[in-house]
Amino acid sequence: MMRGESLPRAAAPMLGFGRLLRHYGFPVAPEQVSGFMQAVTLLGPRSIADIREAALATLAPTPDRRDEFEAHFQSYFYGNTSAVVEGDTDEETRIKDDGGANEDQIEAKQDEGGDLSSAVEQLSTRDFQRDDAKLTTFRRKLASALPARRSFRTVRAHSRGKLDLRRSLREIVSADGDVPSPLLRRRQTVPRKLLLLIDVSGSMKLHTSDYLKLAHAAVQGADRAEIFTFGTRLTRITGALRIRDCDQALARAAAQVDDWDGGTRMGPTLLAFLSVPRFSAFARGAAVVILSDALERGDHAELETAMRRLSARAFRLSLATPLAGDPRFRPATAALRAILPVLDDLVDGSSISGLTDFILSLARPAAAAAAIWKRVS
Amino acid sequence: MPKPNAPTASAETIATSPEAVAERLAASRYLADESLATAIFLAIRLGKPLLLEGAPGVGKTEAAKAIAEVLGRNLVRLQCYEGIDAAHALYEWNYQRQLLAIRHAGEHEIDIYDDRFLIARPLLQVLKAPEERVLLVDEIDRSDHEFEALLLEFLSDFQISIPERGTIRATAQPIVILTSNRTRELAEALRRRCVYHWIDYPDAGREAEIIMLRAGDVAEATARAVAAAVQTIRARPLAKPPGIAEAVEWANAATILEKGGSPWPEAFRRAIGVLIKDEEDLSYIAPELGRIVEEALA
Repeated sequence: MMRGESLPRAAAPMLGFGRLLRHYGFPVAPEQVSGFMQAVTLLGPRSIADIREAALATLAPTPDRRDEFEAHFQSYFYGNTSAVVEGDTDEETRIKDDGGANEDQIEAKQDEGGDLSSAVEQLSTRDFQRDDAKLTTFRRKLASALPARRSFRTVRAHSRGKLDLRRSLREIVSADGDVPSPLLRRRQTVPRKLLLLIDVSGSMKLHTSDYLKLAHAAVQGADRAEIFTFGTRLTRITGALRIRDCDQALARAAAQVDDWDGGTRMGPTLLAFLSVPRFSAFARGAAVVILSDALERGDHAELETAMRRLSARAFRLSLATPLAGDPRFRPATAALRAILPVLDDLVDGSSISGLTDFILSLARPAAAAAAIWKRVS
Repeated sequence: MPKPNAPTASAETIATSPEAVAERLAASRYLADESLATAIFLAIRLGKPLLLEGAPGVGKTEAAKAIAEVLGRNLVRLQCYEGIDAAHALYEWNYQRQLLAIRHAGEHEIDIYDDRFLIARPLLQVLKAPEERVLLVDEIDRSDHEFEALLLEFLSDFQISIPERGTIRATAQPIVILTSNRTRELAEALRRRCVYHWIDYPDAGREAEIIMLRAGDVAEATARAVAAAVQTIRARPLAKPPGIAEAVEWANAATILEKGGSPWPEAFRRAIGVLIKDEEDLSYIAPELGRIVEEALA
């Protein structure tokens, strides 16, 4: 498309629009911009609507950022600046990009994060160094400790497998028709997905920063992990936690969550999670760990439905509650009693070391939560 | 594989404008909105793959079938799943036959990498006859990252290297359609190589048209009522929101029940099993169903 010579003047707006989008953190590649220009040429263009269609098709904004994209288009091609909004305020998860536009937002929220951690420091005298060491081991061991399943993909094997015809045939041909010992292949085992759902409501305030650190270690350690926070809303923070540096990742994650220390609407948010097909598909066959005290205000019917659906999808559904750190803890609230039958585990979530040990033991079979707690009470 | 009956017209003469594409699709009983028609038109004319994303049941695969029909080509479908690999997507040697051939040949020379021992899988099939076939890579989000990388390589060069045979290149740019339910994010590289379209559920008016077109003999009033009711039902937090195919079935089933003697609102209620196929969703929506149907019929 581009031939060294200067572009026609009419092409300048397309180039400029690509640059504008990049400025706002949309991943726009040069080949997409040239595709955009080609598309506009092909379509005529007979109207601005054609240019819009061409932009949508070639610059491919993700559906979560579609509204933002439309606003930029409006402001750029129509000069209608009032349409520019900083993201949408939907209930649904929004995945913020690593663009510079979010920079000041992070600053603002960092203070809040500071408050949080100082509250933790005042209250507890735990050995932080020990926790850090725990997390490092956790990160290293996680991938091999997660429950495994057999994949459809096969790997070479020395014993216990099916005949690898492809390699065997090569051997036979190179051995001139002789049949050497057969070569084998068997199905590979791969770790299951790990899904962490973290409660960030007010009642969990003391633990959220620990939980986020744990989540960061999980994302870094596991092949396929997804992390969501929920309070009154549901937020996917996996993207932020992919950043290697822990502090930076936590700051970015903190900026994405809008419902710190608010109320809990555990049932409705979990149902919202399940009604997004791509999220509920991730839960299928995954090890799901919910970090929450499950103190659901009001009616718990929705929570019960959500947990039942989640357990039907998940390989193993566990609830880790900080309340269980108290030896006198019994699953006695109406909400807990209702969801206990569908839980595989109900464990102590009050400390990092307890949680890491638990997650590393997910592959080992254990009695159902209901049976264990029946024995205790 | 059967040859298409119609002589293959060149794709560019069929796709002269987005409107022409939409018309042709409508003749193949697929109603595309302006945006989708534009995306299909651009994909054909720019020679890029078309990536269709959307919730389950919005007609992504149907769109691919309709495009193949419009172009008078065969559809080669590659269904993705976790663990799909080159042997399932590209080619495989027929080892049993090769072994037999070696035995049979005895002292004679034999080329065991001959065409008759090569099993062409979908990607190779399309490469061999790019002007007679359309490739549909269905539900690519189900495959894993390794496969995505393999596909990326295929989509950028349209060639496959077989070590024993050398590189096979497409003589023309094949038409490729990818679909994804968006259960995970696809690689950016794949997205930017494609013409992209997000298919949404149609609005009530369009859905009524689709039902009229697809269902056997459904009265227009019924189609409109079904479309309106399905819109309301989709707005609820269901585990499995009904897709377009379910809506068509519901209209069909209700019409059959009505002919069998059930009065109108009752026929819809009794046929609900074809629309909502999840016990919990059913019990969730049941108390409201009467009201929803009555409002839709009004």
